[in-house]
Amino acid sequence: MIINHPLLGPCDAQEFTYLGDARLIDRPDGMAGDAEDAFYHYAYLRDNPAGEHRELWFHEQGDRSWLVVTRNTVTHQITSVELARDVARKQGRGV
Amino acid sequence: MNRLPTGGQIDRTTRLRFTFDGLPYYGHAGDTLASALLANGVRLMGRSFKYHRPRGVLSAGSEEPNALVQLRKGGRQEPNTRATVAELFDGLDAASQNAWPGLKLDALAINDRLSNFLTAGFYYKTFMWPAAFWEKLYEPIIRRAAGLGAITTDADPDGYDRGFLHCDLLIIGAGPAGLAAALTAGRAGACVILADEDFCMGGRLNVETHALGDQSGADWAAGVVAELASLPNVRLLARTTVLGAFDHGIYAAVERVADHLGQPEQGKPRQILWRIYSGRAVLCAGAIERPIAFANNDRPGIMLAGAMRAYVNRWAVTPAQTVAVFTNNDDGHRTARDLMAQGVDVAAIIDTRADAPACDGVQVMAGAQVVDSSGRLGLKSITVRQANGQEHRLSIGALGVSGGWNPNVALSSHQRGRPEWDDAIAAFVPGGALPQGMQVAGAALGQFSTQGALAAGAGAAIQALSDLGKTAQAPDLPMAEDGEVRITPFWHVGGTKARAWLDFQNDVTVKDVTLAHQEGFRSVEHLKRYTTLGMATDQGKTSNMGGLAVMAELTGQSIAQTGTTMFRPPYTPVALGALAGRSVGRDFRPTRLTPSHAWAVEQGAVFVEAGMWLRAQYFPRTGETGWRQSVDREVRATRGSVGVCDVTTLGKIDVQGRDAAAFLNRIYCNGFAKLAVGRVRYGLMLREDGIAMDDGTAARLADDHFVVTTTTANAVAVFRHMEFARQCLWPDMDVQLISTTEAWAQFAVAGPQSRALLQKIVDSEFDLSNDGFPFMACGEITVCSGCPARLFRISFSGELAYEIAVPTRYGDALMRRLMDAGREFDVTPYGTEALGVMRIEKGHAAGNELNGQTTALNLGMGRMVSDKKDSIGAVLSRREGLQEENGLRMVGFMPTSPQDRVIAGAHLLEKGAALRAANDLGYVTSACYSPTLDSYIAIGFLKAGDTRLGDVLRAASPLTGHDTEVTVVSPHFVDPDGGRLRA
Repeated sequence: MIINHPLLGPCDAQEFTYLGDARLIDRPDGMAGDAEDAFYHYAYLRDNPAGEHRELWFHEQGDRSWLVVTRNTVTHQITSVELARDVARKQGRGV
Repeated sequence: MNRLPTGGQIDRTTRLRFTFDGLPYYGHAGDTLASALLANGVRLMGRSFKYHRPRGVLSAGSEEPNALVQLRKGGRQEPNTRATVAELFDGLDAASQNAWPGLKLDALAINDRLSNFLTAGFYYKTFMWPAAFWEKLYEPIIRRAAGLGAITTDADPDGYDRGFLHCDLLIIGAGPAGLAAALTAGRAGACVILADEDFCMGGRLNVETHALGDQSGADWAAGVVAELASLPNVRLLARTTVLGAFDHGIYAAVERVADHLGQPEQGKPRQILWRIYSGRAVLCAGAIERPIAFANNDRPGIMLAGAMRAYVNRWAVTPAQTVAVFTNNDDGHRTARDLMAQGVDVAAIIDTRADAPACDGVQVMAGAQVVDSSGRLGLKSITVRQANGQEHRLSIGALGVSGGWNPNVALSSHQRGRPEWDDAIAAFVPGGALPQGMQVAGAALGQFSTQGALAAGAGAAIQALSDLGKTAQAPDLPMAEDGEVRITPFWHVGGTKARAWLDFQNDVTVKDVTLAHQEGFRSVEHLKRYTTLGMATDQGKTSNMGGLAVMAELTGQSIAQTGTTMFRPPYTPVALGALAGRSVGRDFRPTRLTPSHAWAVEQGAVFVEAGMWLRAQYFPRTGETGWRQSVDREVRATRGSVGVCDVTTLGKIDVQGRDAAAFLNRIYCNGFAKLAVGRVRYGLMLREDGIAMDDGTAARLADDHFVVTTTTANAVAVFRHMEFARQCLWPDMDVQLISTTEAWAQFAVAGPQSRALLQKIVDSEFDLSNDGFPFMACGEITVCSGCPARLFRISFSGELAYEIAVPTRYGDALMRRLMDAGREFDVTPYGTEALGVMRIEKGHAAGNELNGQTTALNLGMGRMVSDKKDSIGAVLSRREGLQEENGLRMVGFMPTSPQDRVIAGAHLLEKGAALRAANDLGYVTSACYSPTLDSYIAIGFLKAGDTRLGDVLRAASPLTGHDTEVTVVSPHFVDPDGGRLRA
């Protein structure tokens, strides 16, 4: 597969390490009252879609960017590649 | 013999000597092993896989199921090579395989007599039980009897390489469609790769007699190839098989650089595995002829009709002096005409069609069928049943069979393509979603006329370039044959009890398919797995279609409804050497050397692999006879005075930024926010699910600057994890990470004299006294008159100890200085074994304990997990299931007899309890001989271990047979109060 890195352009998928569902960005607050339940969902419950999937890839053999890659798990078509940091900020994550 | 006096694309002026099964023969440049053997009258080339039936060539290409041979000797010996694609060279040493004692008299041909017992599903039915018989009895017998060639155990003397190519347009196959596509795209200036598995490009143009314009097909192909070779934007890859179509326009191909030579040229590889990145691709892989099944249709001399005329036209070889053709379509007649034109006696065309056309110069038996054949080691005669039911024998030496042609759809189905049935040509054509960017042209798409293929190739190239924003014009293409496909499907001759072969390589017959149907294995995927149809090394290129057709007939469905199985990469078998490329032996992966490596080699150190690192394991001295002696000495010397160990391999991560402390406070489960500058703290990282991930230290060099260490094994994973936290979880924290593992050489200096030794190295302005630089202090210092260094007062051994780091380039020098300066203390270098012994004696957890299953609580560090802050893994570490009072706790073990060995991996049971999983109380993770205690010792995890100190248990390992009585003790065997650390 070829991943079109937003900063570096097309790169072979072999340069990357795969993590999984991009929802791992949405880490709950560990100090909140419902933390245990929220972390159970966060750590263990994942959708496994046959189709479009947003997932985290790490450019380990490259610039060490974490990317959010939107990939169709059936066709392997990649429709969008974003810096995970930008995605996290857009989702309201900060410090 | 069978070489025709004229014609063919062989160089009759060159004589090549070769041997087959030890007998010498001659051929010509341009021959394949198969054509040269046929020219010498050799029809018998192999024995079949299961029944050991005598076999000869079926085809003239890479689809060959029968003529598998072993080439060369010694380290270059290569089994299972198809004689039909093995290019002849002078001195080639070829041998048949799967036959003993010889090809003509094969002992296991007895299997053929036992065929009634060896039908489909034989293995499943026969070798069911008892299970224990599998490994010792059934498997060795089956492996000896089945199987093909033998591999050599000698090292392969040749090199293999891997390469990467990029192009606008990849064209797979250099027949009429591929050449027209390449010419179109090449003239338009596009970057083109044209790959063909043959050594001579041209495909069927090289084996057919029809003209292109006023030239022969072969001459036209040669002219186009010459023009393409002159274009700098076109790369021609002959002898190159495109093996697979992968995602996003990526293809794998293997180029046989030197398979046609006795040995590769100096400095050249034998084969290259190419990864080709293409903008677009055109699949022009042609078509593969399929046989018709009839009784005993597998005798040497019975071959595909198209292959027969390929041997006559390209190699000027006839398989026999008198031949016949058995066909269900007009293409079979073409074979008869071509052979007659070369003066071969064609006895008859047996055409299954009642309305078969006539053919000048030969009798056409319309509506007739071949019902049997004879000839033990080669075809002698066939029995023909005429339309009127009369049967008679024809004496012939070879029979060309044509059941029609299958478009070569293999690569089109490597992704999600699903071939579709086309009634007009009675074959499957590419369908469904083709690999991204792929088009198919020519015979591979069912366009069987030469004219049609040329036009389709040019059109596909224009379309592909247009997709890429480039324009191209169709070249002037010559007038060529433009005949229609005329075929009446006919798959197998019925009404016989004799076996009729569908899959020659795996010995699957019509009977086997019938049996599969009877027993309910009717879907194509079940049929395939039950009968092994199409599961041989040829992936059923010539056989799948026949098997499907027979199943369709039995189920009363159409072939379209029956469906077909998919082809998978690789298209043809690949040598493992080509896949490995240069990653063999020492080059399998990089070797990382520590800064003191050269020095350690001088000391005669024994090394051990730790991931990619080579670390000194121990330093044997003269007179020491075993590793234990060396290790015990290193431990005693360190604990008695001072020892030095290279610990550079531990991961080092530099953490800087205003939020560095807050960041580490979330990464580690214990608190870091308040760590003072100039201090080090032990830290435990958890995974988000609450399991321990890694441990190490973090040293605060400045308000906004920490140095984190990780274990050697987890250096990469921890860095990745921290980057994830930094970029994905807390993107606005002001924190930067950089891996500095290779940047700093780091040495542990341990033992009561370690301070005295370092005082001789560290520049005098730095105070190393216990008050000036206490336990868990750190600082940036200089050594040896100004060399920058970092000093950490941390201890893995439990002794007064330091770790000192200098820029890597000074590592070797520092080790030598330490040894020089330490002579008065009898300083002793120690390796990973002594390091391990001392950490077990001290009760420090390491990789064996941080094994991906253990929590902070298991490790005796439950109280470290702070509930005053949010850190990764803290929440889930508190879940109920991980908090059981009866859970595993890390404890120490001492054998009740000190010299009884305790084994890591041993399981713990009550004394007298039976060695059963139900009685399991935990397990031993690390064990060693402690020279300090003169006893074997161990640490491990025991249920409620913290409440069982003093109890006597059994530590048993069914694997090694060790069964030792042990007392549960604290894991801190040496200096449990830590007095030495703080001295």
